[in-house]
Amino acid sequence: MPLKRRQIAWRAAQDLADGAYVNLGIGLPTLVSDFIPADREIVLHSENGVLGVGPAPGDNEVDWDLINAGKQPITLVTGGSYVHHTDSFLMIRGGHLDLALLGAFEVSEKGDLANWTTDDPGFPPGVGGAMDLAVGAKEIRVLVEHTTKAGVPRIRRQCGYPLTAAGVVRRIYTDLAVIDVGPEGFVVREMVEDLDFPTLQAKTEATLRAAPDLCALRAPAV
Amino acid sequence: MIDKRVRSLADAVAGIPDGATILCAGFGGAGLPDALCEAVIEQGARDLTVVANNAGTGRTGLAALLATGRVKRIICSFPRSSGSVVFEELYAAGRIELELAPQGIISERMRCAAAGLGGFYSPVSVGTRLAEGKEHREIDGRMYVLEKPLKGDVALLSADRSDRWGNLTYRKSARNFNPTMAMAASLSVAQVRRIVELGEIDPEMVITPGIFVDRVVHVPV
Repeated sequence: MPLKRRQIAWRAAQDLADGAYVNLGIGLPTLVSDFIPADREIVLHSENGVLGVGPAPGDNEVDWDLINAGKQPITLVTGGSYVHHTDSFLMIRGGHLDLALLGAFEVSEKGDLANWTTDDPGFPPGVGGAMDLAVGAKEIRVLVEHTTKAGVPRIRRQCGYPLTAAGVVRRIYTDLAVIDVGPEGFVVREMVEDLDFPTLQAKTEATLRAAPDLCALRAPAV
Repeated sequence: MIDKRVRSLADAVAGIPDGATILCAGFGGAGLPDALCEAVIEQGARDLTVVANNAGTGRTGLAALLATGRVKRIICSFPRSSGSVVFEELYAAGRIELELAPQGIISERMRCAAAGLGGFYSPVSVGTRLAEGKEHREIDGRMYVLEKPLKGDVALLSADRSDRWGNLTYRKSARNFNPTMAMAASLSVAQVRRIVELGEIDPEMVITPGIFVDRVVHVPV
């Protein structure tokens, strides 16, 4: 069974290191905040000037002065702080964040990321903080469904959509697999259990290699 | 005696010329000077360039100003979000020009203007469409593009508290672009929820010192 979106977020959360400063992009990566392992202190950064993003507030605790990058109400953890935008992006561009988890339209085998425009003439493009994050955080990982709803692979030899940044993605979490992006392209670390490698390859435009220690991708029902 | 308080929203936005570049603070609805945006509608300036992270939501505040058709150009990182109906209509009709720029670059370009600098080299957007036409330069083995300062004629701000000197404090993530925009415009105007006596704000808590603020108008929540 492919993982559900919340399970992809759960899997990505398991790799977060204790003490890490992490930015969560809008969309699928935002769900990661629900699954921070209890034995670790992770400081979540939101581009709009929040360091120490906490869980969503209860209905009676919503404060519209306290929102995340997706404009949803949030809370602040004990020890959290606020900065203004220029300092927030100094944190982003200056290599002060250990990791950014981002969404994507496409990722290439060179680690190129496309996540800001599909060139749909009906929709104005929006880049937000994606380009700053993609070149600024120490490491970039992507959470994305393996294919579009129509079955078009998002994991590709080259991105068809305009790039957000070239050569930055190091790991991809999909509903089917965990894939590292190395000097020689894509290496599959984990794969869901009821899938065989040729089927995974068929859903992927680029060539995949299996890691020698390829193991099962499992996530609890969350 | 220094007294930056003005009595009305009309006084707050008086004198904005046609063709002005307006820095509009806020991220989504947080820290957005919606009352000042609507006051600019009454004030009547046209052919405006607006710098704002988002292009307004619903039909009030910044969206209402856009809807007048008097904003010819917007410099923005993320114009389309849920409820950005006015912008989407104008964009589809070709009635507004969009300069899309990465969020942190908009912010740093304004900081540069505030600091009297001539620009900076940034790695952001290298290898992408947004770097096309920009001067490229390799520094210590990494490629950068030149980003130029971005100065406003006017900054519209939203703060929590002010005193008559224009010292400002903010609440939570409503701070966002306000401090940088306050520093980067010739005329900085803040709508504030509370005006307090001089000395009532702990100096350690002042985020925007009054030197960067020209007018303050009380707009209760």
